[in-house]
Amino acid sequence: MEWGPFLLSLQLAVATTAILIPLAVLAARPLARWRGPSKPVVEAALTLPLVLPPTVLGYYLLVGFGRASPLGRGFEAVFGAPLAFSFEGLVVASLIANIPFAVQPIQRAVEALPREIADAARVSGMTSAAAFWRIELPLIAPGLMTAAVLTFAHTMGEFGVVLMVGGNIPGETRTASIALYDETQIPGGAPGGLAAALLMLSFLSILAVQVLARRRR
Amino acid sequence: MSALSVRLEQSEPIPLAAELTVAAGELLALVGPSGSGKTTILRCIAGLHRPRAGHVRCGETAWFDGTAGIDRPPQARSVGLVFQNYALFPHLTALENVSTALGHLPRKERPARARALLERVHLGGLEERRPAELSGGQQQRVAVARALAREPQVLLLDEPFSAVDQVTRRKLQRELAELRRGLSIPMILVTHDLEEAAMLADRLTLLHRGRTLQTGTPEEVLTRPKDPLVAALVAARNIFAGRILAHDAERGITLLDWHGRRLEAAPAPRFPVDAEVAWTIPPSEVILHRRVQPSRGVAENPVSGAILDLVRLGSLTSVSIRVPGEEQALIMDVPNHVAWRNGLEPGIEIGVSLLAKAIHVMPGSEVRSQNTEVSNSAPLLISDF
Repeated sequence: MEWGPFLLSLQLAVATTAILIPLAVLAARPLARWRGPSKPVVEAALTLPLVLPPTVLGYYLLVGFGRASPLGRGFEAVFGAPLAFSFEGLVVASLIANIPFAVQPIQRAVEALPREIADAARVSGMTSAAAFWRIELPLIAPGLMTAAVLTFAHTMGEFGVVLMVGGNIPGETRTASIALYDETQIPGGAPGGLAAALLMLSFLSILAVQVLARRRR
Repeated sequence: MSALSVRLEQSEPIPLAAELTVAAGELLALVGPSGSGKTTILRCIAGLHRPRAGHVRCGETAWFDGTAGIDRPPQARSVGLVFQNYALFPHLTALENVSTALGHLPRKERPARARALLERVHLGGLEERRPAELSGGQQQRVAVARALAREPQVLLLDEPFSAVDQVTRRKLQRELAELRRGLSIPMILVTHDLEEAAMLADRLTLLHRGRTLQTGTPEEVLTRPKDPLVAALVAARNIFAGRILAHDAERGITLLDWHGRRLEAAPAPRFPVDAEVAWTIPPSEVILHRRVQPSRGVAENPVSGAILDLVRLGSLTSVSIRVPGEEQALIMDVPNHVAWRNGLEPGIEIGVSLLAKAIHVMPGSEVRSQNTEVSNSAPLLISDF
């Protein structure tokens, strides 16, 4: 079995999780406390990648990454290479595709924190930074871990978005699920190893989420 | 150490028109029904809620001043607050919970200080337990230790005894009474329990719909309510209507007319003669005349009537008496043995004295006490006797 695509997926998943989780914490905290009338609209927009067909999301991202868009032009001007059909492009696409998986568990965890806990930290004289690191972060940690596991697992198996945005360039954008698809299309291909590896990883991820949910109770 | 002075005004989200001052070392009970704004007042003092106008001053320092635009954050106010449900940090041990409020000390000194504070609230040995591994009473003590850790200039207690059982409550109340003797800062205890307030506080402020109605010693507020509303809120029994007949400055009494009876009352010279007033007398100040051989002193506001019913509450028996001309029953509290020895039972005629100095005159003729109305209450038989 060829491990290249699997390692590439692993890289993509690690990069996506590492970048997205801190951003999701930044977004989820104000979102959890916000009571504005337009809150449902913003929440719907953030949840959209969950239900949008991956090819549709991939199509719009591809358009957004192209030379015709400011994002595509800007990226190319800075890094000298186009965003579409590159590993970097995959990371950006994964970040967007995973927003609901990352934001929602963290938002729920923040919402579950009693207001008095935050008040008690302030009345105890803690600075906002100390209250965040010492009190809030440890208490939302299970939600954070759930978000990380879901994001990681989802990225490992992503197919549609990756195919649309990345194409199928070995070593650059040919991830595990795409390689798996390819193996089934060629005579004498050996998809079994990759499929088993992805199955195992997905199962372990869900198991981790379940264990975390138990610990929270 | 300095006094706390608070004046708060707002119309939303709940209306506030509150004014209170607490001296250093004094414990003020803030009493009122649920929803009267007690917790909001504490939150304003702690800096967790910003009122529309008013001030919160600790000594010479303004923590909040609506006019001057001063609004210090909670971190800069030096307040110790015990939350109603304690709001302990669930992932930290008792020791760590207390240490979080020791930010003013060098890191190395914090554990020892936290240990000493836990010792002071009788939690020595439980330092490493998390809140979930502590009983309700122990959690409350951790919350108190954490509130004191900052060496606050003001201590605020939000219904600190409401979440524990009766036995633990008594114990914690005793502990607070002990603890406060060592504290020379202003303290505010929020409670809806008048008895608790009377037991623990130096003074009591009665709050109703965000307004501070009356402040005084518990005895003052409970037995000499400012008006019938305060009287109703402190569950005063025996609120009746009357008319001022005269003031006798020499004897230090005011004379009242009560359905043609002449009553001597505590002096109330602020009311003009002929004014329609309300008056009240604590049930403990209604004295039973001995039935067989009349005792001396029966001349003091003698009233007679038939017993409507008797209710035994702990060691006291509450006797309601139908007084001719009055719609509401007059309530008298006597020790159980007195009721028994005098053969009190529904239907019999008795004579009582209303102690003059205990009759308190209030403005207003709108009279509503919790007493049974004579018209629609049939005599009840108490099998207890």
